[in-house]
Amino acid sequence: MGIIPAMGGPMIEQRRTGGGAMYKSSLCLLQLTDSNDISINPKKHTLKPLMAASTDSTAPPSPILRHASGNILAFFILLLIGVLAFSIRLFSVIKYESVIHEFDPYFNYRVTQFLIKNGIYDFWNWFDDRTWYPLGRVIGGTVYPGLTLTAGMMWKVLHFLNVPLSVETVCVFTAPLFSAFAAWATYLLTKEVKGAGAGLTAAVLLAMVPSYISRSVAGSYDNEAVAIFALIFTFYLYIKTLNTGSLFYATLNSIAYFYMVCSWGGYTFIINIIPMHVLLCIVTGRYSSRLYIAYAPLVVLGTLLAALVPVVGFNAVMTSEHFASFLVFIIIHVVALAYYIKGILSPKMFKVAATLVVSVGLVLCCAVVAILIAVVASSPTKGWSGRSLSLLDPTYASKYIPIIASVSEHQPPTWPSYFMDINVLAFLVPAGIIACFSPLSDASSFVILYIVMSVYFSGVMVRLMLVLAPAACILSGIALSEAFDVFTRSIKFYASGTSEKVQNEAGGAASASTLSMQNNVMATDKKEDSLKERPSKKNKKEEKENVEKPSLKSQTEKRPLVLPVDTAVLALFLTVLLGAFYVIHSVWAAAEAYSAPSIVLTTHSHDGLHVFDDFREAYAWLSHNTEVDDKVASWWDYGYQTTAMANRTVIVDNNTWNNTHIATVGTAMSSPEKAAWEIFNSLDVKYVLVVFGGLVGYPSDDINKFLWMVRIGGGVFPHIKEPDYLRDGEYRIDSKATPTMLNSLMYKLSYFRFVETDGGKGYDRVRRTEIGKKHFKLTHFEEVFTTQHWMVRIYKLKPERNRIRGKTKKYRSKSRRTGSSMKKNPWH
Amino acid sequence: MFRRLGSILLLLREKTKVNMEVFEARSRSTLILSILVLLSLSFRSSSSLSSSPSELQILSAERRIDLASHIIRVVLNLKVQNDGESPASNVLLAFPPSQVKHLSLIQASELAGKKKKKSLQPLDVKPSDHADGPNGAKFFSISLRNPLSTGGSVSIEVSYILTQSLEPFPVEISQSEPQLVLYRDGALILSPYAIKQQTTVIRTPTTKVESFTRVEPSTQMRTELKYGPYQDQPPFSYAPILVHFENNNPFAVVEELVREIEISHWGYLQITEHYKLVHNGARHKGGFSRVEYQSRPSISGVSSFKHLLARLPPRVHSVYYRDNIGNISTSHLRTSYSKSELEIEPRYPLLGGWKATFVIGYVLPLQDFLFESDDGKRYLNFSFGCPIAETVVNKITNKVVLPEGSKNPFAVVPFSVERHAETSYSYLDIVGRPVVVLEKENVVPEHNSLFQVYYDFHPMFMLAEPLMLTSVFFFLFVAAVAYLHMDISIRK
Repeated sequence: MGIIPAMGGPMIEQRRTGGGAMYKSSLCLLQLTDSNDISINPKKHTLKPLMAASTDSTAPPSPILRHASGNILAFFILLLIGVLAFSIRLFSVIKYESVIHEFDPYFNYRVTQFLIKNGIYDFWNWFDDRTWYPLGRVIGGTVYPGLTLTAGMMWKVLHFLNVPLSVETVCVFTAPLFSAFAAWATYLLTKEVKGAGAGLTAAVLLAMVPSYISRSVAGSYDNEAVAIFALIFTFYLYIKTLNTGSLFYATLNSIAYFYMVCSWGGYTFIINIIPMHVLLCIVTGRYSSRLYIAYAPLVVLGTLLAALVPVVGFNAVMTSEHFASFLVFIIIHVVALAYYIKGILSPKMFKVAATLVVSVGLVLCCAVVAILIAVVASSPTKGWSGRSLSLLDPTYASKYIPIIASVSEHQPPTWPSYFMDINVLAFLVPAGIIACFSPLSDASSFVILYIVMSVYFSGVMVRLMLVLAPAACILSGIALSEAFDVFTRSIKFYASGTSEKVQNEAGGAASASTLSMQNNVMATDKKEDSLKERPSKKNKKEEKENVEKPSLKSQTEKRPLVLPVDTAVLALFLTVLLGAFYVIHSVWAAAEAYSAPSIVLTTHSHDGLHVFDDFREAYAWLSHNTEVDDKVASWWDYGYQTTAMANRTVIVDNNTWNNTHIATVGTAMSSPEKAAWEIFNSLDVKYVLVVFGGLVGYPSDDINKFLWMVRIGGGVFPHIKEPDYLRDGEYRIDSKATPTMLNSLMYKLSYFRFVETDGGKGYDRVRRTEIGKKHFKLTHFEEVFTTQHWMVRIYKLKPERNRIRGKTKKYRSKSRRTGSSMKKNPWH
Repeated sequence: MFRRLGSILLLLREKTKVNMEVFEARSRSTLILSILVLLSLSFRSSSSLSSSPSELQILSAERRIDLASHIIRVVLNLKVQNDGESPASNVLLAFPPSQVKHLSLIQASELAGKKKKKSLQPLDVKPSDHADGPNGAKFFSISLRNPLSTGGSVSIEVSYILTQSLEPFPVEISQSEPQLVLYRDGALILSPYAIKQQTTVIRTPTTKVESFTRVEPSTQMRTELKYGPYQDQPPFSYAPILVHFENNNPFAVVEELVREIEISHWGYLQITEHYKLVHNGARHKGGFSRVEYQSRPSISGVSSFKHLLARLPPRVHSVYYRDNIGNISTSHLRTSYSKSELEIEPRYPLLGGWKATFVIGYVLPLQDFLFESDDGKRYLNFSFGCPIAETVVNKITNKVVLPEGSKNPFAVVPFSVERHAETSYSYLDIVGRPVVVLEKENVVPEHNSLFQVYYDFHPMFMLAEPLMLTSVFFFLFVAAVAYLHMDISIRK
């Protein structure tokens, strides 16, 4: 931690001085760590200087040698950052086991298994009849395939090499692997913005930012795992294109964007923030041909590629999320045209033309905009999807779509969660923003825009904290790197000042006046610099010959930024302390807070570790001891897990695409036994699964989620009314609970025979109360399985009761005739 | 009735005159019956009993049937005398066809020496190529060490194991009911020889015997049912009996067990065992109430089982126990100098008819199991059967994965198995590893004897993969160096 930013300092200097470097014999060690992004040829150029350095220690080492060792050092640091990013996410494997976590990852895992087993074409055409019974779900057309294809590809490559890893293992370790990639992408992005030192700092920060760890621990096989890498990499390529104006990078950028579209619905963030940045550049008069090359191919190629992804399809041009990109696309062309015309016309003529075009153009624009607004306004959601709308209007979901509001990760975050998830970065970000303003370049303005937008989005949905994390890391990396730059330079100045005082003072006085000029030049210098990113041998040689000259300038530049040495040392110490605090917090978060797989729970008690493996117990029981085609009804949270682990058909699952279907299950759970039995029977349900935490105190059980079931059910079926389940607006299950509540199926299935466990009290450890209704029997359901700690209870629907003997004779003939038609399932 | 039948059958089928003379005297029963039997018979046989059974007779026979678990172990003590004129080298054992199907293992040994200095000499037992006996009775022949001279006698101890011969009745039970099973056998020992005196003792796991067929003299003494002694029974005498008793021992049956034994010459032996376990007792009926199961374990779900005990070799390490959805967190491993015991709990208690699948894997040091034979071959010496105690394995597949580059593998197994060869690929293999596959059906713990797999292996093959990796990286670096030295830019 201490070393990396320390070497960041000199690197930035080199940047500013156009590849120049400063060196002092007394600071040989530090300088050896200098690095630049220029790939150099170590053998040919370093041979002689190396010998010189070894024979004569007083002679200044060659800059080429320093580039070489710096590059190698940077390479190894990056390698170590990759290892760090990977290994910090293995706490879940070490503390628990190598297993898929939570809910959505189980779906992704199942899709991956299908992909590997049946191949890509069957995957696109996959109609899954194991879920959303009886509707089914078109998986190939409704899933973001990026993650699945990535893991599937990795598995294929491994099996081509005869490495016998299971699909599960590949899936478990996909997220940590891509975290390492994301750290490297952060390095590249930040390097484009503020140089390699800031890049390394940002990379190491991102490697262990808790917010990202929470979504990418080993086993958390979710879209975000690869999407964050894709997001950062797309931004990097955008900045790279912006800095170089290379069409090659622009094409790569489109492909990276395509990968992002494949991976995550959050790609709309990219396709909105890049147009915003382009617009910002145009408005602030920073339009250039590089900007055009960075943007126009992205929109054209990117949109075409995005439309290839089945889940996006025509949405890439139809929905309002993409609207901004097309608008800016038009604007950039208008601006480009204006610049072009300005170039060929005399200023006077241009003025005339401008007034003409503006007046006509305004009228046309108004007309077009009016039509567009009319079209957009005619759609009920204004062309936005529910989740996007709730981003623009944070109260939207809770007002209109309870199903989005019911998900905890769609809630706005609390203040402590910022501290938890990005920790000290929250304090470093403002410093980073300031650093980005001096001087402001295209790249740094993008980073500023990125942080501003992501701060807003993370404030709306806690889930989008994940988008904030890379931005915070980049800016904190810049801030830390700049800080270290200043501190180490001050100390260096002090150290060198004692020996070469005279020389420095002379040089310093002379060059102080040139400083401001240099700063202005910097931006263009950098452009040239990056243009020569991969220069030919000749160019490299020339560059290296030129190195001597600017190094003189670099010495002079540092003079005004020097702090008193004791202040610098103290500040350095404090910064390192801050970094150390961040590391400790991150490791703690990775080890304690975010590594629990949630399907297996552990508690520490006085007599050792207790493992609650009830979920898998129930799923294993279902998979081995029920018929393959039996349907299992549960609240949608457990849908993915049931299909993946128990391989049984479910009614609803975590892909909440059909609100009515979920409301039906919600209604059944909220209804009395008989009504619920009828609903379930009409859905051909054989087993009902409920999660109950009352015995062991597992708080996120179905009773605590019950109000959402009532709400969602009542949203579609108005006979379910939320107030019926509340006593004076209070949700309770004790003796004061409403009769509707106590007679609901969920209550009965949860507490059936619960009272016998503790000798007639029926004390619920989650709600911390005695239950209201203790002794009751089930008439339409039969308990078939309850796990060891009662966390999962499975009930079977009893078959329809036989007629009473006296009546049978009369009805038998009738019911046989009518029975066949009545019993017939409408779905068959 | 059966006795007569048997003798008539034999009479009709055998062509040897001696037989006819002997049997004719005894079979003066109705002719009609013999014709009926004649019709029901299939004349499949062409050969006749070579060593005439009549030459031998069994002086005394004692059979002990142990019904304590679901694996039925029978010990049969025979004293055989040669009454014929020529020495006899084989003794035949007869089994009814219903038992042959479930016969898992049969062993015989000769009792030598006097009472105090008894010693057991193992004898060779194999299915006889003789024609089937009456009613499809199958024969096994025991080869005596020394042919039995005329007038001489020998004591033979036969032990055999029957699996899946306990039939639950009632077929379905609820959680609160005990498990009752039926056992069918004969009160008389089925034998092609006349038996002078015989007794049969059946041991039941508890005193709770619902009913048993009485064939006088028969008595019940606590957990033992004693049939006999019966005197002078002719060959193929048969008297069916039915014992209905309570047996709550775990009926743990592994439907399929695949064991992969992977040899690595880097010093370890990796074993992976895939189990498909089922509770093969009376099927569970109705709901499963956890509260009853937890609060009244003595009367609720008594026939279910929660634990299984696997006996692994000593010095076992890296043990894992999981199924296809992750680790199963309930297991205990106890290691000691002489053995390791792995106590595993399936995810849920297994009630009748419930199934579970799981995988057990462990690593053993290679030097305990791999040896070099005198002719330079290497051989693996490993146990064949399922390490879990008191389980029946319907089908076991032992796959011995030899290291890449091994040649001429062949297996030596003390009993008959089905064998074939495969090739598997793992960890950067190019030519693949030879796999010796040994399959056997109906396996009991007594099959846990050692088998050997011999093969040729040159140690150079051990270095193949490290060298391959090294060279790949070497060429990667060379390529990187070459790339840095080349100017592939189109800009001049």
